Amino acid sequence: MSAVLLITAALLLVAAGLTLFRLLRGPSLYDRLVALDLLVVIIMGGILVEALQRNESANVLLLVVVALLGFLSTVSVLRFDVEERR
Amino acid sequence: MTGTEIAASVLLLGGALLAVLAGVGMVRLPDVGSRLQAATKLQVIGLVVLAAGAALLVPVSEVLKLALVVLFQLATAPVLAQLVAREAHRAGVGKPLVRDELRNGEGPGAPPPR
Repeated sequence: MSAVLLITAALLLVAAGLTLFRLLRGPSLYDRLVALDLLVVIIMGGILVEALQRNESANVLLLVVVALLGFLSTVSVLRFDVEERR
Repeated sequence: MTGTEIAASVLLLGGALLAVLAGVGMVRLPDVGSRLQAATKLQVIGLVVLAAGAALLVPVSEVLKLALVVLFQLATAPVLAQLVAREAHRAGVGKPLVRDELRNGEGPGAPPPR
């Protein structure tokens, strides 16, 4: 079981690396926003895998907080980005 | 490896593979709209599958919290995608669309003339 969790964590790491590439290279602000949003979900997956690994599932509640944070941060950035208006 | 553990590991690996697919989609796809497609859809489905895999392993009381997280993600991901797409469209980012009702002003959601 722990081997499966290790493979899952490795795959999530690969996904995070790819998203980080888009985050750094993304030409426009909106690419970076999409990349950050995906990164938040990957981090949530990582928290879930880590909770299963230690099989102490108290911090499943942490997922709700991270999901809320990801949503609110993206919305707030969108709310205040006016400099790219054409 | 009992039956539920096998099922849980299959689901967990599936969720992780979906996350990698989302990452590949983010890198390979040409412009914001298509990247948004990859990111939003796959992140939600990946999380649902991952949470389903985890739900088999955690005690029943935690399954409710997992369901809450999944429900929240299912609700907010489309909203976020719509917001980002609209802002990106208004800022004129990415390739010009072949058929762009919003740009020519006759679409339902056309921006008010500034």
